[in-house]
Amino acid sequence: MLADQDRIFTNLYGLHSPGLEAAKQRGAWDGTKFLLEQGRDWIIEEMKASGLRGRGGAGFPTGLKWSFMPKKSDGRPHYLVVNADESEPGTCKDREIMRHDPHLLIEGCMLACFAMGAHACYIYIRGEYVAEKHALQRAVDEAYEARLVGQSNVHDFPFDIYVHHGAGAYICGEETALIESLEGKKGMPRLKPPFPANMGLYGCPTTVNNVESIAVAGTILRRGGAWFAGLGGKNNTGTKLFCVSGHVNKPCNVEAELGITFRELVDRHCGGMRGGWDNLLCSIPGGSSVPLVPADQIIDAKMDFDTLRGLGSGLGTAAVIVLDKSTDIVAAIARISYFYKHESCGQCTPCREGTGWMWRVMLRMAEGRAQKREIDMLFEVTKQIEGHTICALGDAAAWPIQGLIKHFRPEIEKRIDRYTANPHPDPIPMAAE
Amino acid sequence: MANRRLAPASEQPESFAFSPENAAWAKTQIAKYPEGRQASAVISLLWKAQEQNGGWLPRAAIEAVAAELGMPNIRVLEVATFYTMFALEPVGRFWIQVCGTVPCDSCGARGLKEMLEARLGPSGHVSADGNFSWLEVECLGACCNAPMVQINQDYYEDLTPESLGTLMDDLAAGRPVKVGSQTGRQASEPQGGPDTLTDPTLFDGSRVGAWRKRFEDTAKPEDQDAKTDEARSSEQRAAADPKPARPDAGRQTERPSSDAPAQRAARGEEPVKPEDRTAANVPGTSPAAAAGEAAGAEAGTQSSLTRDTPPPQPEASGASEGEVAAEAEEARVAGALAALPKDATPEQKANAVGTRPAGLDAARAGKPDDLTRIKGIGPGNSQRLNGLGIYHFDQIAAWTRDEITWVGTYLAFPGRIDRENWVGQAQTLSATGT
Repeated sequence: MLADQDRIFTNLYGLHSPGLEAAKQRGAWDGTKFLLEQGRDWIIEEMKASGLRGRGGAGFPTGLKWSFMPKKSDGRPHYLVVNADESEPGTCKDREIMRHDPHLLIEGCMLACFAMGAHACYIYIRGEYVAEKHALQRAVDEAYEARLVGQSNVHDFPFDIYVHHGAGAYICGEETALIESLEGKKGMPRLKPPFPANMGLYGCPTTVNNVESIAVAGTILRRGGAWFAGLGGKNNTGTKLFCVSGHVNKPCNVEAELGITFRELVDRHCGGMRGGWDNLLCSIPGGSSVPLVPADQIIDAKMDFDTLRGLGSGLGTAAVIVLDKSTDIVAAIARISYFYKHESCGQCTPCREGTGWMWRVMLRMAEGRAQKREIDMLFEVTKQIEGHTICALGDAAAWPIQGLIKHFRPEIEKRIDRYTANPHPDPIPMAAE
Repeated sequence: MANRRLAPASEQPESFAFSPENAAWAKTQIAKYPEGRQASAVISLLWKAQEQNGGWLPRAAIEAVAAELGMPNIRVLEVATFYTMFALEPVGRFWIQVCGTVPCDSCGARGLKEMLEARLGPSGHVSADGNFSWLEVECLGACCNAPMVQINQDYYEDLTPESLGTLMDDLAAGRPVKVGSQTGRQASEPQGGPDTLTDPTLFDGSRVGAWRKRFEDTAKPEDQDAKTDEARSSEQRAAADPKPARPDAGRQTERPSSDAPAQRAARGEEPVKPEDRTAANVPGTSPAAAAGEAAGAEAGTQSSLTRDTPPPQPEASGASEGEVAAEAEEARVAGALAALPKDATPEQKANAVGTRPAGLDAARAGKPDDLTRIKGIGPGNSQRLNGLGIYHFDQIAAWTRDEITWVGTYLAFPGRIDRENWVGQAQTLSATGT
């Protein structure tokens, strides 16, 4: 098990004060000036060496992303935007960072901004997190008061940090939609290229990072990229916050090494599987958008990027949703389909029309009110949506259904059989509604 | 997509104005954003307006915010209808939002919804006493504490239908309630207390500064290996596999075949293309305008072709033939120019790479063609071409490859003649005899 000394988020559970003094005792803001003095290139090299992969769901190397920012400003200001629009179903880790360890985040923002030549940082926090917004704002005010940040501060690096509050749109977790929303528009993703590193917020070079990716930066720089790279496995380095929800005895957030097995994660940290391991039906290991993995494959799988990718799923945000055999799996995936239907921004036709269509078909399949050939048709439609939209929401809507059909086709067919075997008054509608 | 409309006119108030303290607060929000970017504050202001108006957003408030920020009404209306947390119809004194997404759904949110439906009727309606209204919403991000609801601004977690009922009774009666978990959890730790983060040295400050030791020790060689290892492998993998945390969607952008920053970085080039950066840096040109111009120029090129000539087809790499030729030429020219002294004149440079096209002493019959009709030639270039003795479309139409290179270098536009297909355009123009 990961030693307590190697955990980054030491106040994950809010058992201690989130205030500045307590945060300093836990190691935040310790030697920040010394780290800044090592220089921009050192910071980026150290982040690259740590092998840290973005924690927001795509897993792109953070150090590399920072190096995409222009080395010298061409006159336009640079921006760091922190993506705290945490809305992937199953994910609740950034919330804990913002309300319990906000100073790690603020310090990380400063270091990242320095490495990218940015002097302003916006934290885009989701609308529902009102208490978290206040907690974070309080911490920002404390930092300003202590002159840790601001135009003239003890670090000699002029730096402003602002908390921006959203208003409830899942799509704003997509980086370009987030930038649009921050500019005061509807959160509709932009086409790339140009990438935000070249043309982002207000048309200026911008990097968008997840809260967790930024908040770990201070500790990584202090203890060294090699320390972080020594945890976890090759290409899957470091520690990660796992959000385990669903049918385990004690659902919780926990920081663990990447590559911990599913069994160990649940047994050691979550009080075991509800009803024992025989009761596990499947797990959605990376937030609702990745395909589910059935029990026999997930149970001893290592929870890291590459292993889960190899199982046809993904680590995503490490939001592990555990489902036991009492779950109506078809209805559960239909509920996920409804989520994507609700959250589609309506910009691209395959997603706008497709998510609603898939949801309606899934609803009928949950009842069994469908034809077996519609299963293939549904799969075909998901393939038509995937990869044919501006952002990945279309993909995210397609994957859960693909996972369901791949692993639970007999279950869908059983329902259709059961439904057709019983007399019922209504005619069976065709799929295209 | 959610279909959201404003409340019927009968429910809309006549007017709306920010209270003085809210108006002052609005100023502080606008000040967060750079000069001229006050539209960024639209969400904050709409929030405040909703709060001031008892939890919902009438049309008058939307218009007041638009006036405050100098935005057209429709832009603010778009924002208000796009974001689902703006309630466009009146809500109860306590607005209950039940999370119904999978983690909550599998832990008992259905029970909560049934209980609310039995007690308050269908969602979206204010109860008779005006106290409650409820709505099923999407993931609220407290999944380890499922099931949960948000009432006005506060989260109530680890609920059962019974504890939610008690909670509502307490709220309606004005009794104090406990925000957060209703089963005694502090936050998202396992029920009964965590078994991690128990080491007291984490919290007493005794570990502060311990990390500085590594800067005093000289770096060990194996450390260095590990360092470059992880960095190099992450660079290589990012180029081929940019989103490893997700399944492969076969997306075209950010694939090895395309031209993404990660691929350029892995090749050891500047991740952001220099010409993109310079283009973005020309004052007074917005990216949108530049894109429109480029699109217009392209459309012009195509329309000047005869109908049965197919437009240039992009290749698998996404570059047209013209672009491939242009790139090849640029590389050769750059090589030749590198050998010249820095202060070489344009002519010397041009002579090093190509042949000067033969020129006329004056325009035939004193009537030069209007060279600016060729897309890519402006008044300045037209003059410089005249200076070379080039006055007519047919002269340009007859340029050989060497001559194209010469002119391109002379005008300091290497590759541009190919990219914009001046020769092809000139052929069309001279053929039509205009």
